[in-house]
Amino acid sequence: MPHDQVVTRRLLPYGESARLLECQDLDDSQRMAQWLSVQRRPEIAGVVPGARTLLLRLTAPLPAELARTMITIEPEPLRARAAEAVTIDVRYDGADLAEVADGLGLSTEELITHHTGQQWVVAFCGFAPGFGYLAPTGPELRVPRRSTPRTRVPAGAVAIADNWSAIYPTASPGGWQLIGSTDVRLFDVTADPPALLSPGTRVQFRRLTP
Amino acid sequence: MIIVERTGPLALIEDLGRAGYEDLGVSPSGAADRSGLRTANRLVGNPEDVAAIEILLGGLLVAAGRPMWIAVAGAPTTLSINDRPDASHQPVYLRAGDRLEVQAPRNGLRNYLAVRGGIEVPAVLGSRSADLLAGLGPAALRPGDQLPVGRSTLPQPGIDVLPARPAERPLRVRLLPGPRTDWFTDAALDSLGTQLWRVGSDVDRTGVRLDGEPLRRRITDELPSEGLVRGAVQVPPSGLPIVFGSNHPVTGGYPVIGVVPDADCDRVAQLRPGDGLRLRWSER
Repeated sequence: MPHDQVVTRRLLPYGESARLLECQDLDDSQRMAQWLSVQRRPEIAGVVPGARTLLLRLTAPLPAELARTMITIEPEPLRARAAEAVTIDVRYDGADLAEVADGLGLSTEELITHHTGQQWVVAFCGFAPGFGYLAPTGPELRVPRRSTPRTRVPAGAVAIADNWSAIYPTASPGGWQLIGSTDVRLFDVTADPPALLSPGTRVQFRRLTP
Repeated sequence: MIIVERTGPLALIEDLGRAGYEDLGVSPSGAADRSGLRTANRLVGNPEDVAAIEILLGGLLVAAGRPMWIAVAGAPTTLSINDRPDASHQPVYLRAGDRLEVQAPRNGLRNYLAVRGGIEVPAVLGSRSADLLAGLGPAALRPGDQLPVGRSTLPQPGIDVLPARPAERPLRVRLLPGPRTDWFTDAALDSLGTQLWRVGSDVDRTGVRLDGEPLRRRITDELPSEGLVRGAVQVPPSGLPIVFGSNHPVTGGYPVIGVVPDADCDRVAQLRPGDGLRLRWSER
């Protein structure tokens, strides 16, 4: 074993049948998810990504050797999935578009360019089935959430908050800033897979001109 | 077929849940008290994982569309069949047209009405469980609903009684370390494991909020969202913990201080607002 290895991750306790692998950052956690999917270890029944963690649902205790490897391994870079990026057509007609741009000192055009000018990657899902937290792969902007969440955000609303972007799969309450809308269907229980976006999926937003 | 004539506060179809889609944002959901569901199924000779009716605080009145064996388990309660009292936690034979009412439990919250053959509404993503958080699976039951019943495949068990577990007051459950135990002060960890918590008024299938002395954090950073499990004890900024139930969100942005083991989660799912709860660290 090379002796220049450093401990770069932590394997945290999570009750009787799970562990939490805390990674260095989103890229590292996505590499580790890729690595784990190749290993196909029978002890790991499921992996639930977070912003920089992987929740490992276990059917048996993790062997010590596997635990050590997960902490120290230098996983391969992500396989190029750029070609597989999902393109999502957006009408930039969101109710908060002008106000958010204003708060950032940008024009609405500049904000739209920030959104369409780079690929986004699904870090993890939550909040609702098919709701992916999209992290920027290029420049970041920090956008505060709305101080009062809306009681109803329509399905297909394209939103930003903090440095994330997302699309609401179904009508729901929501506190993110709405910048646009799309007709894309994000979650369909009769489809396989049921979600258009899953952790690791790359997304390219494209402006629909009216 | 079973015909729903009336429901109490809430009656849902649940099985053991739809695990395996958490990475897409889908909660496992499933029966809040899994041992209650398993017991009801066992009493009528079903596999433990088939769908049954989860009844919150009684009040469910159904009619049998054909002769069938049923059993009600979960919290201690009483049945009435054609207005005659009968016992829960045993198999009961209904003739076509018999009307079964499940009374509100004497303590606890939830009962499971299993039918031999299982409730066979269409499955969604491999499960017949209602997920109220996401609106997946069958809707809450309403008067007039006609529920299909499947064919039984296992032998009918002999006459059997699996009595309800007597209520323990306050309920004591075990607590295992969570991923962010070290985000809390030693005093907070001691306090979590020694104080008498009261179940707050906010109790549902997503989780149980506890009232008591707030827990203080040692690390006050923002936590990037991370995965949750049933039984995760999450501490939001109020310092008052939430014990997540079967219909938990798949990810959350507040630190998880500890985890209630699975078997004990079934008992937490039976707590009523105002009930006492003690969490005891079983390792730390």
